Amino acid sequence: MAVQRKKRKRRELFALGNEAVAEGALLAGCSFYAGYPITPSTEIMEVMANRLPLIEDGVFIQMEDEIASMGAAIGASLAGRKAMTATSGPGFALMQEHIGYACMVEAPLVVVNVMRGGPSTGLPTSPAQADVQMARWGTHGDHPIIVLSASNVQECLEMTVTAFNFAEKYRTPVILLLDEVTAHTREKITVPDPDEVEILSRVEPTVPPEWFKPYADTARGVPAMAPIGSGYRTHVTGLTHDVMGYPTQRPDEVKDAMLRLFRKIDQYYGDIQMADEYMMDDAEVAVVAYGSVARSAHLAVEQARERGAKAGLLTLKTLFPFPRPAVEKLTHRCHTVVVPEMNMGQMSREVKRVNNGRTKVRTINRVDGQIITPSEILKAIL
Amino acid sequence: MKAPQPIDRFEIRLSGLGGQGLITLGRLLGSALALGHGYYVTQTQSYGPEARGGSSRADVVVSSRPISYPKTENLDLLVALSPEACNSYYRLLKRTGILLVDTTLVKHAPTNVYLGLPFTQMAKEQIGNPMTINTMVMGAVTHLLPFADPKVMRKSLEANLPAKIREVNAKAFALGLKQAQRNFGDAGGIWAAAEENGAHSEDDIIV
Repeated sequence: MAVQRKKRKRRELFALGNEAVAEGALLAGCSFYAGYPITPSTEIMEVMANRLPLIEDGVFIQMEDEIASMGAAIGASLAGRKAMTATSGPGFALMQEHIGYACMVEAPLVVVNVMRGGPSTGLPTSPAQADVQMARWGTHGDHPIIVLSASNVQECLEMTVTAFNFAEKYRTPVILLLDEVTAHTREKITVPDPDEVEILSRVEPTVPPEWFKPYADTARGVPAMAPIGSGYRTHVTGLTHDVMGYPTQRPDEVKDAMLRLFRKIDQYYGDIQMADEYMMDDAEVAVVAYGSVARSAHLAVEQARERGAKAGLLTLKTLFPFPRPAVEKLTHRCHTVVVPEMNMGQMSREVKRVNNGRTKVRTINRVDGQIITPSEILKAIL
Repeated sequence: MKAPQPIDRFEIRLSGLGGQGLITLGRLLGSALALGHGYYVTQTQSYGPEARGGSSRADVVVSSRPISYPKTENLDLLVALSPEACNSYYRLLKRTGILLVDTTLVKHAPTNVYLGLPFTQMAKEQIGNPMTINTMVMGAVTHLLPFADPKVMRKSLEANLPAKIREVNAKAFALGLKQAQRNFGDAGGIWAAAEENGAHSEDDIIV
């Protein structure tokens, strides 16, 4: 029997990393954006400002600052929208309080941080990777969080879709960390047909409203989520709450609530931790890199191979939860691990922690607002 | 679209002053090579926090294979539209690379082997709009790139510009292309000469 196949509508664009993030967000079903413009993330906001008003129920708001932007995104998320905001270091610092709130009330949303030189206003137009540990630990209180990164323009699109999927699947804020180079590189990308992409959405309750417990535990540890105003009970608070959403200080309830927050992420490490291997099969020297520096490392590994050195590359796409299995494997097999990054050693400390003294870890650190070049990495490999 | 010629990392730097439209030029050039010709292209940029003035540059890497490092390290073609840019980046040019300058602004190039056209003067006097300097440079660069088809480049340029400024920029592009053809000679010959010249200069110091 002949099957009628719909022609796929793919689009080719010559786009910035930032523009690809916006394309990815729209593809993933984002219908709400609140933000405050800041270099080098502004193009994300520009595209969303142009495109959201054109889609059904699309909402774009420029807020008075980044604190309010996060607040608006959380509100939209609780009301059933897929929401996003984007910023850079100084704005990301302002968002921290609300990121913790989103973790506590389990609001799925995506925060993009395009890293620039810091601290403070720093180098607005130059790249850095100095917000890595801030993305992990920036908000107060013990909390799990998912932090993703992308190294090229196509990946900006794909990782944004992944960020939305993880946010919805695990009811958690997801942070996408880019750097200025990735965000401001133009490349040819293919925007896939929406039918080709797996899009996940939050699970809504199926029980009658009077039976609904908004924070009840499930096998996945992720409670069903009813949009505010849908007739289901809603109670939202940053205070530690019981299964009904009311504040509690009972140690047993507090413990259950906290451990569930961790468990819903912990038990899916295999799904969340993503890393790409290149030339790793027989590698004796491994480079562990992420973001734009992974591209420098890719060329350095190619050049090292041309000169007969057995080099390989592990590109981290998930930064947190730290992809321990992938890194641990190479610390057993390689005599040296090189970690180049545009900070004074934020990811290399994770690598060293996992390495546990097994093999030699060399760091390449640059904090002068310039990307680490392939020749710098090549020197460390050879 | 014709199948792209094999090229392995051809690196172009477009440099000059903020306001000369260099990043737009990078975007137009990159878009034409990527979408029009089907090459792998990365276009990156560097600029200061100032709204105008200061130095500005755009880098374009073209290859028939996927590109890893998106920025430039060894330039095949350096376009310098200011003396400062010319002096700062000349040292990054490969021995076999080509330097193209705006002779209105760059009076003393750091070498006597270079190509030049008075872009600023031509934009002012022949087109009547100094802001068309970037599309005029695109015309000249199109002539210098042996893998770029002028027709495809012009079509892509026109497709990427708003209607209001399309005609004047198409005119500037045509003038840049024509003057380059007239003054520089055949592109194949230029690169052969650069190759010859590079072979005779002193050896690179290997780091």
